[in-house]
Amino acid sequence: MAARRRGRDRARLARLGRWAIIALFTTFLAFPFYWMLITIFKQNSDLYATENNPFLFNASPTIENLRLLVFETGFVRWLGNTALVGVLVVAITLALALPAAYSLARLTGKWGERLGILIFLTYLVPPTLLFIPLSRIVALLGLQDSIWALVVVYPSFTIPFSIWLLMGFFKSIPRELEDAAMVDGLSRFGAFVKLVVPMSTSGILTVVIFTFTLVTQEFVYALTFISPEAHQMLGVGVPTFLILGDVYFWGSLMGGCLIASVPIALVYNLFLDRFIAGFTVGAVK
Amino acid sequence: MAIVETRAVTKVFKAGTLGAVNDVDLVTEDGEFLVFLGPSGSGKTTLLRMIAGLEVPTSGDVLIGGEVVNDLSPRERRIAMVFQSYALYPHLTVYKNIAFPLRAQRVPKDQHRKKVEWAAGLLGIGALLDRKPRELSGGERQRVAVARAIVREPSVFLLDEPLSNLDAKLRASARAELEQFHRRVGTTTIYVTHDQVEAMAMGDRIVVLNQGVVRQIGTPKQVYDDPADTFVATFLGSPPMNLIDTGEVIVGFRPEHLVPAALAPSAALKFNLKIHNVEYLGSEWIVYGVPEGDRAGDKIVISRVPSIDLKIGTNHEFAVAEPHLRLFDKATEKRAPARPVSWP
Amino acid sequence: MAVTRRARSSGFGLGIAMILPAVLYVLLLVGVPFGMAFFYAFSDARIGSGGDHFVGFDNFASILDSPSFRTALKNSFIFTIASQLLVLVGSTALALALKDKFRGRGLVRFLIMLPWVAPISLGAIAWKWILDSIYSVINWVLIAVHLVKPFDKPMWLGTPKLAMISVIVVHTWRLLPFSTVIILAGLTALPRDIPEAAAVDGAGFWRTLFEITLPMLRPILNVAMLFGIVFTFTDMIVVYVMTAGGPYDSTQVLPSLAFFTGIQGSDLAAGAAISIFLVPLLVIVAYFMLRVAHRAEVT
Repeated sequence: MAARRRGRDRARLARLGRWAIIALFTTFLAFPFYWMLITIFKQNSDLYATENNPFLFNASPTIENLRLLVFETGFVRWLGNTALVGVLVVAITLALALPAAYSLARLTGKWGERLGILIFLTYLVPPTLLFIPLSRIVALLGLQDSIWALVVVYPSFTIPFSIWLLMGFFKSIPRELEDAAMVDGLSRFGAFVKLVVPMSTSGILTVVIFTFTLVTQEFVYALTFISPEAHQMLGVGVPTFLILGDVYFWGSLMGGCLIASVPIALVYNLFLDRFIAGFTVGAVK
Repeated sequence: MAIVETRAVTKVFKAGTLGAVNDVDLVTEDGEFLVFLGPSGSGKTTLLRMIAGLEVPTSGDVLIGGEVVNDLSPRERRIAMVFQSYALYPHLTVYKNIAFPLRAQRVPKDQHRKKVEWAAGLLGIGALLDRKPRELSGGERQRVAVARAIVREPSVFLLDEPLSNLDAKLRASARAELEQFHRRVGTTTIYVTHDQVEAMAMGDRIVVLNQGVVRQIGTPKQVYDDPADTFVATFLGSPPMNLIDTGEVIVGFRPEHLVPAALAPSAALKFNLKIHNVEYLGSEWIVYGVPEGDRAGDKIVISRVPSIDLKIGTNHEFAVAEPHLRLFDKATEKRAPARPVSWP
Repeated sequence: MAVTRRARSSGFGLGIAMILPAVLYVLLLVGVPFGMAFFYAFSDARIGSGGDHFVGFDNFASILDSPSFRTALKNSFIFTIASQLLVLVGSTALALALKDKFRGRGLVRFLIMLPWVAPISLGAIAWKWILDSIYSVINWVLIAVHLVKPFDKPMWLGTPKLAMISVIVVHTWRLLPFSTVIILAGLTALPRDIPEAAAVDGAGFWRTLFEITLPMLRPILNVAMLFGIVFTFTDMIVVYVMTAGGPYDSTQVLPSLAFFTGIQGSDLAAGAAISIFLVPLLVIVAYFMLRVAHRAEVT
C-alpha cells in the first residue's frame, strides 16, 4: 500500500517539476516578445508614467506608434532592402551551394570529406574578425554604403551553411536512382539537374528559408558597410535610427522589432525539424 | 526464487481497439523456465514488459512472490531483464556494465569485484571485462547482457528474444548455453520468443499467445501432441500440421504421421495423394500433394518420410493412423473430442 | 574496363568543377580577409588612408598596454563561460522536460525558439527596454512586491556589475533555444531500451540522468557547447546595442572593442590587432570539433 502511494506521489511531483520548468523557461524566453506586443499599442503618456502598472492599458490602446513606424521612419525601406538582399543572396547561394553539396555528397570520396570539414570550419570564422579587412575590400570595390556590398559578402557564410544542409540531404537519396538514369543515357550532370534537383525541393526549400533568416539576422557587416539610413537593413535600422539623440521611440521601436521577428519565426518553426536533422547528421555524423 | 502470477491482465493502447494483451491468467512454478511463444503482435513482449514494470496494465494484477506489484517501479520489483537489443551501456566497460546494477542498488563497493567476476565466470566472459560493448561480437554482447542480469541474483529472470539478433549458427550454441545456465542457476525464468523450436527445446512449459490472448499453456509435449486449437496446432511444428475441413469437423494430422499407406495398416484415414512436389532434405523427404476427391478441394497436404521414391505428377496412397488424428470444431476452431471421421 | 575508368575520371573532373565556384567564393571572401586581418594588425592602416606600412608588433604592444583591452579580454572570457554554464544546465533541464509529448508542445516549441530566430539586435533592444533605468518592467515588479525600494532601484545597464549580469543573461537567453533543440534531438535519438535497462537495474531518476543519459549525450552536448562558445565569444551585437561597452568599459568585449577602435575610431590596424585575439580560441574550438567528428566516425 505504502509503495503504491509513494509511487504515485513521486510521479505527481515529477510532473509538477516538469511543468514548472516548462513554464519558467517559456516565460523567460518569450516574455520580451510579449512585452514588445504590449508596448506597441500603448500611448506615450501611459508608457512613460512610472506610477502606472505597465501590465495594464491605463489609457486606451493606440496604433499611433505603428503609424509612426510605417509612415514616418525608414522602416518600410529597410524592409524592402532586407527582402531584396535576401532574394539575391538566396539565388547566389543556391547557384553555388547546390552543385558543391552534390559534388561533396557523391563524387569526391575521401577528399570530399576533407573539403566538407574545411567548409564547415569556415563557418567558425566570425564576422567580427573579418569585418575590418572586408570594409576595405568593400570600399575598394566601390560598394561602400550600398546593399550590393551585402549581396556580395553574405554568401560567404550562407554558402558553407547551405552546403552542409544539402550534403546531408543528398546523401539520403540512394545512388541507384542516378545510376539508373545514367544507364538510361543521362550524363552525371544531367542526372543531377533533371533528377536529383527536382527530387530535393524540400531540401532546397529548407535552404531558402534558412539562408533568408541568416540574412535578416546579420548585423555586423550591415552596420560596418552601410551608413546612410535609406540603404540600411532591418536588423541595423531598427535599433539605430529609431533613436533621436537620446530619445528612444520605444513604442515604434518595439513595433519594428516584433514585425521583423515574428513572421520569420513562424516560417522558421515550420522547417525546424529539417534543420535539426541536417545539423545532427552533419555535425555528429 | 519467486512465483510470477498474472490475473486477468489486460493492456489496451488505444481506447476502443482490441487490447495488445487480453485477460491473461498465468502462474509460473518456482524455478521453471516458462516460454511466451507467439507471432509478432501476439502481445508476448507487452506481457513481459508488464511483468517487468515497464508497462502499466490497463486492468488486472501482476503478482511477484505473492504480492501485487502493479504500482511498483521496475527497480522495486527485484527482477532482471535481458532486452532484445541487449541495451548495454555503450560508454561503460563490460565490467562497469555488469557492476551497474550493484551500484544502483547501493551494494557496498568492496563486494562488486567478487560478484562481477562470478557472473562473468558463469557466462565465460571473464577475459572481456575491460572492453567496451562496441568492441564485442553479437554473441559476446548477449552474454554480457545475461551477466548483467544475473549479477544481482534476482528472483525472476526476464528475457525478451535474446537470441533473435544472432546469426543462425551462433543461435544454436547460445541456446544450449542458456539451457545449461538455467540448470545451474535455477532462477524462475520467463523467456519470450517467436521461434517455436527454441520454445520446444528450452521451455519447461510454453504459454502460446495470439492476438493478446492465451491459447494454451502446457509442456512442450502437451502443446505439440495435444494442441488446444488450430492456432496452436499449426504454430508448433514445422512443417505445420495439416488441417482439412471435412464439412462436419476439421481434421488435423502432422506431416510425420501422414505416411505411405503400406506403412499404416490400421489407418483411420486413407486417400490417394496426387504428388505436386518432392523435396529431398538429406535426412528426410518432404512430399507435397493434393488428396483425391472433392472434399479437400485444392488443399495441399504435407508429408515427411525418411525415404521415398515418388515422381511428381503420380498418385500414391497415403494414410494416417487413428491415434494421430486431431479433431477441431469448425466454428470455434477449438479441440473437439475424438470420433469416427468419414472421408470420401 | 576502359569505360569505367573513363567514367570515373570524368566524374572526378565534374566533381571538382561543381565544387570549385563555391570553394573559390568562400576562400576569397573568408580566406583573403582572414589573411588581411593579420596583415593589418602588423601595419598602420587607417580608414581612408592609402599606404599601409609595416610596424611590427607596435599595435600589439600598445593594445596589450591599454586597460580597455585587458578588461575586454577578461570580460570576453567571463561572459562566455558564465553564459555557457547557464545555457548547459538550462537547456538540458528544458530538453528533458520537453522530451515527452504533451498537448501544446508545438506552441511551446515555437515560443522558446523566438530568441534564437529573431534577429539578436532586435531581441537586445527589447531587453534594453525591459531593463531601462526609469521604465524597467522588472524594476516595477520588484518594487510592487517590495523586494526593492522605489528610490533604490537597480540600474541594470548603468552599474558595472549589474550590466555584466544583464549581458550574460541576454546571451544565455539567446542561446538557450539553439542548445535546447540540439539536446532534444540527441535525447530522442537515444535508444529507448537503455533507460529501461537502467530502470530495471535499479537506477533512479538522478542516477540514470547523470550516469547513463548525459554521458551518452556527450558528443552532442560537446557540439552544442562548442558552437555556443564561438557564438558568444565572437559576438559584438548584444554589447553594442545594450551598453556600447559601458559603463566605463565594464561590459566591453573583444569584438565590440575591435569595432569601436577599428571602425568608429578609424584605426583599422588596432582594430584588426584586437580581433586577432579571437583566433586562438577559434583554433582551440576547431580542434575539439574535429576530434568530436573523428570520434563519431570511429564509433
